[in-house]
Amino acid sequence: MKKKLLSTLLCGVLAASMLTGCGEVETSDDTGSEAVEESADDTAEEAEETESADATEESSEVEPDAVTTEGDPNGTHMEMWSFVEAHNTFYAKMLEKWNEENPDRTIEITFTTYPYGDMHQKLLMSLQTGEGAPDICDVEMGQVPNVYEGLDTWLYPLDEAMSPYADDMLASRLAAYQGSDGQQYGAPFHVGATVMYYNMARLEEAGITQEDVDAVVTWDDYTALGEKYLEAIGNEEGKYFTSVDTGGTDWLWIAMAEYGDDWTGGFDGEANVQLDSVKNMLTMQQEWLNSGFAEVSPDGHIDLEAGFQNILDGNIVSFPKAMWYMSRFINYMPEEEGNWYITKCPVFEEGQNCSVGIGGTGTVVTQQSVDTALAADFLCYAKMSPEGETMIWNDLGFDVCNTSLWSDDSFAHDESNQYNTFFRNYPYDVLNDISDQIGTIMTVKISPTINEYVCNTTLNEVLEEGMDVDEALQELQDAVDLEQ
Amino acid sequence: MKTKNFLYSQKTAPYIFALPFILSFLIFWVYPLVSAFIMSFQDIGAITVDWVGFKNYGKLLKDKVFHTAMINSFEYMVFTCALLIPFPMLYAVLMDGNLVKAKGVWKALLYLPALTSVVISGTLFRLMFSEYKTGQMNVLLTMLGLPAIKWLKTKWTSEIALLMLCCWRWTGVNTLYFMSGLKSIDKSLYESADIDGATGWQKFKYITIPLIKPTTIYVLTISIYAGLAMFLESFMLWAGNDSPKNIGLTIVGYLYKRGIQKDDMGYACTVGVVLLLIALVINFIQLWLNGSFKKEER
Repeated sequence: MKKKLLSTLLCGVLAASMLTGCGEVETSDDTGSEAVEESADDTAEEAEETESADATEESSEVEPDAVTTEGDPNGTHMEMWSFVEAHNTFYAKMLEKWNEENPDRTIEITFTTYPYGDMHQKLLMSLQTGEGAPDICDVEMGQVPNVYEGLDTWLYPLDEAMSPYADDMLASRLAAYQGSDGQQYGAPFHVGATVMYYNMARLEEAGITQEDVDAVVTWDDYTALGEKYLEAIGNEEGKYFTSVDTGGTDWLWIAMAEYGDDWTGGFDGEANVQLDSVKNMLTMQQEWLNSGFAEVSPDGHIDLEAGFQNILDGNIVSFPKAMWYMSRFINYMPEEEGNWYITKCPVFEEGQNCSVGIGGTGTVVTQQSVDTALAADFLCYAKMSPEGETMIWNDLGFDVCNTSLWSDDSFAHDESNQYNTFFRNYPYDVLNDISDQIGTIMTVKISPTINEYVCNTTLNEVLEEGMDVDEALQELQDAVDLEQ
Repeated sequence: MKTKNFLYSQKTAPYIFALPFILSFLIFWVYPLVSAFIMSFQDIGAITVDWVGFKNYGKLLKDKVFHTAMINSFEYMVFTCALLIPFPMLYAVLMDGNLVKAKGVWKALLYLPALTSVVISGTLFRLMFSEYKTGQMNVLLTMLGLPAIKWLKTKWTSEIALLMLCCWRWTGVNTLYFMSGLKSIDKSLYESADIDGATGWQKFKYITIPLIKPTTIYVLTISIYAGLAMFLESFMLWAGNDSPKNIGLTIVGYLYKRGIQKDDMGYACTVGVVLLLIALVINFIQLWLNGSFKKEER
């Protein structure tokens, strides 16, 4: 009997040691989770608008950065994930308002913030297996094609819940978060409209006035203005008018939107990257680099530490970027207050559209939610109602999609909002000016492939090595064709 | 009564004791392997799973990015083997002899990098090889009067960075393997060689190298595998899986990119299966050339 006990015990120990062995395998994978923490900092800094191209920080271990539970403990309990803590803070504030206004439909939400890569990976896994997904989840633009691929099997369409606000929302922005079946799956934070940022303080030192800047309509005008500036500062070494990106596709998106092109071809079309718009932009940038008009952005694009430093050093005095870049000024370049002027982007030919929506977060409600309709109602209230939009503008500094607010004086000219006072003009005045000129480039299944190849290879070939534009685009097209 | 018989049976006991290993082997090794093999013939979408036959393999043949990744991994493997076998062997011999003082210190110094995490060392190397004038390597170049280099943007300079990281980290470990190999060589062989008037080089060539061969084969085998399976070093050096013109992309990096970043598990499994085949073939050739499959000479 004793022996039997002993052998059972031994077996137990063996089994336990085996299991701890497994556990150790996981923890020895720690290198992974350190990668997460490392990259978490990056992604948190990059806030939400990491384009798919630079949103590469991924890892295998999942360790939430922050978990909080807010709302009415007696209400319906839900789970919500995001990759930016500021988003969750915003939702928590909106949750309080929702519970006040809807005492019969109160909610309690546990908010979890994960690093960028982990969150999307975990979400995809849980959607695929049909288990463990949160009720509501943020999905970054670059990951939209992966997550929205499951259509209404995975996600709950928001069309009904957003109907009270839909008319005021910018249609082109909503379209960016629709599935291939035409249903609305994501709620947007912002337009992400591209505009031109000018360092007016430095331009004025070179004798260029705001009127001169306003007079710029085409890229030719822009080039002429820049040459005037560079001449005025005596073609100083290390100083340029702008910087072009090898690690981001913003410039190319602007070019496509101006010509009304879209290299993805939409949901049904074939992707075609050999577009005149893209060629014109790349050829122009090559000329700029050759003539010393522009430099290649340090580290590849301007939304990084090196880019901020480059701006602070006055190495470049203008660049096109989405409206959400305003928050980078507030957070990383506060000493630039009062120096910068925002206006619309130049175009290739007069009369073209001058802007395109870039980046974004399409928050979704999953079919696994305990109460899909309630979750959708809350989400649309938080992200689309005037109350929600006001908070988005004040707290997060995004150019909101609810167009009815754009011309609302108490909103767009509110002097207590730091974004309204930081720049030489009111950001929403610019937005109002271009409201009917904001194009959309679709984000579909092929998009990550195009973005990745462009940022890793094509732009490096064209801008760093001076390769022929047609040749580089042919190579890109071949790579894209392999996937479709 | 029956359970008692079962538990005390001489026949079953070995299996029971081996059970933990067998189970973990089946669950964590055989099952994923078989399933990856099956998945490599499928197109795995969000909701649908389609059987596509050899389509993924056909695509792999045309996929230039995969070819780049394969060349990168292969080059890395060759260079690491060329650097991480002769030098550690030399260090081990030096430390086994009487030429070196304070052996413990050297051993510790050589081994120390292996204890650091690749994540941290990769990040440090990234900073050291940064393209700015303030990066350590560029400071060194400037001191020598040379122009600063964009280290991680061109192929051969980034290769140097990767190999330096690898050698810095693994030389100590391989030295340790060789030292343990040297310990098993019978000292009387060297003594009799001395009596016969052999030089140091002759002793090394005719005694050390042949007798240390099992260790060399072992180190070579794991180095080949480690070289082909390298991922984290390049992932950390470029702060992600994207490098200019894919100069830092490895086969495993590509597998990760396809499977996890692009959610295309079918194609990623194809990449994995091909990696397994390549590693198997290379190692079989290597073991065969070394005569490991011949019957032990007694």
